[in-house]
Amino acid sequence: MFEIVEDSLSIERAVSAVSKPTCGAVAIFVGTVRGFSRGRQVSYLEYEAYPEMAIAKMRQIEQEIREKWEVEGIAIQHRVGRLGIGVASVVVAVSAPHREQALEACAYAIERLKQIVPIWKKEVSPDGSYWVGMGS
Amino acid sequence: MIAMKVKVKLFAAAREIVGQGEVAVDVREGSTVGDVMEHFFARYPKLKGIAGSLVFAVNREVAQRGASVQEGDEVGVLPPVSGGSGV
Repeated sequence: MFEIVEDSLSIERAVSAVSKPTCGAVAIFVGTVRGFSRGRQVSYLEYEAYPEMAIAKMRQIEQEIREKWEVEGIAIQHRVGRLGIGVASVVVAVSAPHREQALEACAYAIERLKQIVPIWKKEVSPDGSYWVGMGS
Repeated sequence: MIAMKVKVKLFAAAREIVGQGEVAVDVREGSTVGDVMEHFFARYPKLKGIAGSLVFAVNREVAQRGASVQEGDEVGVLPPVSGGSGV
């Protein structure tokens, strides 16, 4: 399940999308909006995506993962629009027969997401706003 | 000269500089991504200022400046996604 959404993310939905009887583990990563960035206070973030290309790149990440690990299901949800401090911006869930594969593949998914998925964020702070890469 | 129309989608800082996220552009047949971008660089000097950091896509696949575009193609103008690394 790969989604770009404008409203709240659902960890439960991501988990249920990847849960299978053959799995002994579901690893979940949740990215949240931090109130400080590089010494600056952040008021809120604005996320913007190239949705069609973002979904295609998420599918590419799934392929890369399936070549490296034995996993069952992969779900990635990313939220766009204005997000307040503490709000979840991204959820990754990976299920696998065993926890090692699930944990490693989940970590790989979020790192690759930051590298190749066309989603941008703008940090809005009291002294101005800045476009930054997701990994910054 | 035969003109053709391409759809250009701009994001993040590039979208803000141009003032809109989607622009239809007429270019000559046989044009490249670079030719399409000259249309914007001539009108938006600030965009030219960040040209070196931009990554491009044609029909949602990453493409080089020299890649040719066809009638109806969608050209994406993508500022860096992650600190320093391209799409």
